[in-house]
Amino acid sequence: MNSDVVDFASLAPAYPEMLLAVGTVVLLLIGVFINKERSLLVSYAAVLLLAVVGALILFVPAEGVLFNGVYIADSFARFMKVLVVAGAALTLLLAIPSAEENGTHKFEYSILALLATLGMMALVSANDMMSLYVSLELQSLAFYVMAAIKREDPKATEAGLKYFVLGALSSGMLIYGASLVYGFTGHTNLQEIVVAIASEGRSIGLIFGVVFVLAGVAFKVSAVPFHMWTPDVYEGAPTPVTAFFAAAPKVAAMSMFVRLVMDAFQGITSDWQQIVIFLSIASMVLAAFAAIGQRSIKRLIAYSSIGHVGFALVGLSAGTQVGVEGVAIYMAIYVAMTVGLFACLLSFRTEGGYVETIDELAGAAQGRPFVAAIMAVLMFSLIGMPPLAGFFAKWHAFLAAIDAQLYLLAVIGVLASAVSAFYYLRVVKVMYFDEPVHRFQAVPAELTIIMAVTGFFIVTYFFTVGGPLASLAHTAAGSLF
Amino acid sequence: MTLPLFFFYVFSAVAIASAAMVVASRNPVHAVMFLILAFFNAAGLFMLAGAEFLALILIVVYVGAVAVLFLFVVMMLDVDFASLRSGMLQYAPIGVVVGIVLLLELLLVAGSFVVSPEAAGSSALPISEGMDNTRALGTVLYTRYVFLFQGAGAVLLVAMIGAIVLTLRHKPNVKRQDAIKQVARRPSETMQVVKVKSGQGL
Repeated sequence: MNSDVVDFASLAPAYPEMLLAVGTVVLLLIGVFINKERSLLVSYAAVLLLAVVGALILFVPAEGVLFNGVYIADSFARFMKVLVVAGAALTLLLAIPSAEENGTHKFEYSILALLATLGMMALVSANDMMSLYVSLELQSLAFYVMAAIKREDPKATEAGLKYFVLGALSSGMLIYGASLVYGFTGHTNLQEIVVAIASEGRSIGLIFGVVFVLAGVAFKVSAVPFHMWTPDVYEGAPTPVTAFFAAAPKVAAMSMFVRLVMDAFQGITSDWQQIVIFLSIASMVLAAFAAIGQRSIKRLIAYSSIGHVGFALVGLSAGTQVGVEGVAIYMAIYVAMTVGLFACLLSFRTEGGYVETIDELAGAAQGRPFVAAIMAVLMFSLIGMPPLAGFFAKWHAFLAAIDAQLYLLAVIGVLASAVSAFYYLRVVKVMYFDEPVHRFQAVPAELTIIMAVTGFFIVTYFFTVGGPLASLAHTAAGSLF
Repeated sequence: MTLPLFFFYVFSAVAIASAAMVVASRNPVHAVMFLILAFFNAAGLFMLAGAEFLALILIVVYVGAVAVLFLFVVMMLDVDFASLRSGMLQYAPIGVVVGIVLLLELLLVAGSFVVSPEAAGSSALPISEGMDNTRALGTVLYTRYVFLFQGAGAVLLVAMIGAIVLTLRHKPNVKRQDAIKQVARRPSETMQVVKVKSGQGL
C-alpha cells in the first residue's frame, strides 16, 4: 500500500511526538539501570525533555496532514500542544519536592507521565476516529496507573480502580458512538465524515453515534452529568498526581472536543449545539452549588474544575471562530491557574503532612504571607475578578455566546460565577481572618518559582501576555475554519 | 471427493468432536487439552479458506498463550470441578430448550441476511491478486497504519509498566543467585586450612 511518508523529512509535523517517544524509551532504560536512590534524576530529565519538545513545537513550526490522514498538525494543534506540554512539565516539576511521601519518586511515574503526554499530544493531533481512540487509551491507561502509584495507600488504590472502571466505561461509549458514525457515514476520517454528512444529510443513526461520542468525550473533560469520577479521583490520588490530572488532560480532551464538533460534525451544528449547551449549563450550575458544602480542598478544586469546563464549553457552544478562540484562551489561563493553585497547596505543609481540608489553612497568611497572597490572587482570578486573567478567560467565552445570541446561557454563566464566588472567597477568609492553628514548614525553591511565575501571569495578564496570547488563539481558531 | 473437501470434513469433524469433549470430559486438564485440539482444527479450517495469517495467529495466540494460561490456572487453582458439574444433568433440559430457541433465531437472521452487492467493491483497501494475506496485512500495517500501530505499541508498553509498578514487590530476605559475586569470590575469603592433629578431630 502507498504511504505518504516517503522520507524522513516528510515526518516533520510529527517530530515533537517522535522526539518525545524516543526520549521516553531512553529515559525508561536509564531508569531501569541507575541506582534506585537516584531515580529523581529521571524526573528532572523528564521535565527537561518536555521543555525541549515544547520548544520544538513553538520554534520549529511544521504543519500538515500525515500518515494517510490520521494525524494533523495545524495552528490549533500546535497551540494546544504547547499548553499540554507546559502543563505536564510544570506539574511534573511540582511533584519533585514531595516525591518521597507521595510515591512519585519511582522513576516509572515520570515515564508514565511522559507516555500520557505523548497520548495527549497525539489526541490533540488526532484527525481520525481510530487515532483519536488509540491516543485516548494511551493517556487514560497511564492515568489509571498514576492514580494508584502510591499503592500502599488504600485511598489512592481506590481512586485508581474507580478511575479505571469509569474510564473504561466512557471509552466503551465513545468507541460505540464512533462505530455508529462509521456505520452511517462510511468513514473514520474527520474530513471525510464532513463530506459524507454534507452529501447524505443527517440520519437518526448518525445522531445516535454523535450523542455517544460526545458522552464519551464529556466523561474525559468531566462535564456534568459525566463528572462523578472527578471528586473521588482528585481526592484519592496523591496531590501532585491530582495536579497532573487537573491541568494537561483537560486541555487535550477539550481540544479533541473542539476538533470533533467543529471538524467532523460541523454539518449538524444544531444537533450537537444543544448537547454542548446542556453540558455547559449543568456543569456550571452543579459545580457552583456542590462545591459549597465541601470541606476537603481537593474536592473543592475538583468541583471548581468541573465548573471551569462548563465555562469553557460556553465558548464552544457558540460554534463560531470567536467561540473556539475563547476556548483556546480559556484553557491557557485555566492551566496557569491550576498549576499555581496546586503549587500553593503543596507549599502548605504542616508537621502532620499536607493540608487536606480548608480549615487547616486557618491563619496561613500570618505564617506564609507570600503563598497565601498568591493563593488569594488565584482565588480571585478563579472567580473572574477584573483585571486578573480569570476575568478575561470568562470574558472571551461569554462574548462568543452573546455574539451567537445565546443570551440565556451567558446570563446563567454569570450567575453561576457569582455563586461560585462564595466558596472561593471562603478560602481567602479562612487564610486571612481565622486564628492560626498549624505551623507551616519552609517552601521548596521549585514551588516558589512556579508560584511567582503563575502569579505574575495572572496579575499582569492584561498588560503583558494577554495581547500576544489572544492573537495566537485567533490564528489557532482560524485553522479550523 | 477432492482433497480440500476431504480435509475440510476431517478438520470440522475433529473440531466438533473435541469441542464436545471440552464440555463433557470429567478431568479439567483433559478439557483444556481438547480445547487446544479444537483450536488446531479451527486453524486448519482457516488455512483451507485461504486465511493463513489468521490460522497462524490462532495457533500462536490461542494455543501458545491463552490455552497454556488456562492449563496453568486449572492446575494451580484448587477448584473442585466435580462438584461444579454435579447439577449438569438437572439443568440439561432447560439448556437444550434455550439452545434450540437460539438456533432458530440465528437461522431466521441468517436466512434473511443479504450482503449488499456494493459491499465487496467498497473495501477501503482491496487486496491485489496474487498477494498472500500475511504480506497484504504487513504492508498495510507498516505503511498506511504505521501511526496507529506504533500507538497501539505504546499502549501495550504502558500496560506492561503499569502491571510491573503496581504489583512487583522486592522482598528483602530472598536469596538470589548473583553470578558476578560467585565468580569474584577468592579462595582466601572462603577457605581456611586447618591443621588437625591426628586422633583428635575438630
